[in-house]
Amino acid sequence: MRAKPFFAALVGIAVWLFTGLASAEPLSGYTFLDPSTQAMQDDDFENPGMVAVDRGETLFHELREAEEYRCSDCHGDGADGLEPAGIARYPVYNAGLGGLVTLQKQINHCWEIHMDRFPLLPGDGQLIALGTYVRHKAKGEPVNVQTDGDMAPLLAHGEALYNTRFGQLDLACRHCHVQHQGQRLRGQTLSQGQANGFPEYRLGRGRITSFQQRLTECFVSFRAEPFDYGSEEYDLLELYVTARGNGLPIETPAVRF
Amino acid sequence: MFLPRLLPMLALLTSGAAHVVAGPATAYCQWQSVDFAIAAPLCGLQGDALRGRAIAADGHAGNCIACHQMPIPEADFHGTVGPPLHGVGGRYTAAQLRLRIVDEQAVNPMTIMPGFYRDPARANRIADDWFGRTMLTAQQVEDLVAYLVTLK
Ligand code: HEC
Ligand code: HEC
Repeated sequence: MRAKPFFAALVGIAVWLFTGLASAEPLSGYTFLDPSTQAMQDDDFENPGMVAVDRGETLFHELREAEEYRCSDCHGDGADGLEPAGIARYPVYNAGLGGLVTLQKQINHCWEIHMDRFPLLPGDGQLIALGTYVRHKAKGEPVNVQTDGDMAPLLAHGEALYNTRFGQLDLACRHCHVQHQGQRLRGQTLSQGQANGFPEYRLGRGRITSFQQRLTECFVSFRAEPFDYGSEEYDLLELYVTARGNGLPIETPAVRF
Repeated sequence: MFLPRLLPMLALLTSGAAHVVAGPATAYCQWQSVDFAIAAPLCGLQGDALRGRAIAADGHAGNCIACHQMPIPEADFHGTVGPPLHGVGGRYTAAQLRLRIVDEQAVNPMTIMPGFYRDPARANRIADDWFGRTMLTAQQVEDLVAYLVTLK
């Protein structure tokens, strides 16, 4: 009678470790989609996320009244001055900006410091649209986040958060996106929860969604108190999850349920 | 076209907690696990198998079918995260089933299966709406136990 649960626990631990290793190969959320959603993402005319790219493009080239600079003055018309390889490095470590910098924080920094505008709130729609436009410029570029040097301890911290149980359901990201990836939770197939498609268009929500907005949805689903957008915890999770998908092509704007 | 795809979303795991209103908090009854089983019914309550079957399928209650395939053919989209529960009443006693519903982490510390009647004081960063509440009431757990033992 006693041996059985102990054995189950041992098997559980073995599976836990094994799936950790098996997941070393990153798979995009695209792999887990049905073919019609994949086709929608692949066709620029059908991809509803392209609306956010267009909005971002307008904002990128917009000079507001009594202002000196717009994004394109520094980064080129059509963002030609932005290197896809550079965009694929985000989140980056920038000691000058206080350490870990997500793409959204970098854009907000330019907005405030170089363009002298009132900084936007972390979840602001204009920031998300600009982020969608900029990352779309790097579509197809492999994600390439730094994992050594100053980044190493931050990554370890992000990984610890990823494996921490939260909320009434007492779940960690790892449970759904490592341990049970590929399995069906009710009507949905659990993916690896990769970041390469963000910002992405969510069919079920009918809107463009940033990585951190998606995190909040996961937190709410296991009845945990979400962290704030732009908080240290969310930035560290964004770093760890993005780096976990190093090598995956950027898909922005991805289409997901 | 999206409707059939939307439906399972509505009852994903916790039915999109935003739409679920937490019931009044009921007093938490302590339980004790001996040899990986809880012998005594929670709060001394008596379960009802028919109600238990409904709770297992209800996306706003147990939502067991989010993860388990169960002999409840009228419910759509049984998940594959956990093992099928057909015949589970033949494999476990009522007391063993009770612990597995109440706190599967006591059996397997790595499990994804939520503890439906753990001490709410142990939760880490529980959302305000659910503060101090167990996932299911003691009565709902007893109804589920009464139902699962019939699955021979
Ligand atoms: C209870 C299960 C569950 C937990 C726990 C969970 N998620 Fe998710 N997550 C989902 C589901 C379901 C989806 C939508 C389907 C999919 O892509 O897996 C999703 C999607 C995602 C996506 C989008 C993937 C894509 O390709 O668009 C990301 C990123 C993500 N989750 C990250 C996280 C992180 C980080 C955590 C921990 C804070 C977490 N998730 C915890 C269930 C969960
Ligand atoms: C989020 C996923 C999830 C949900 C929801 C869930 N379970 Fe489970 N359950 C599992 C997994 C995974 C296992 C396998 C054992 C383990 O992980 O410890 C399991 C194991 C079990 C077992 C032991 C089965 C066996 O053959 O050993 C029983 C009984 C059980 N669950 C009942 C329930 C009931 C009743 C509910 C609803 C009140 C429920 N589960 C909800 C994931 C879940």
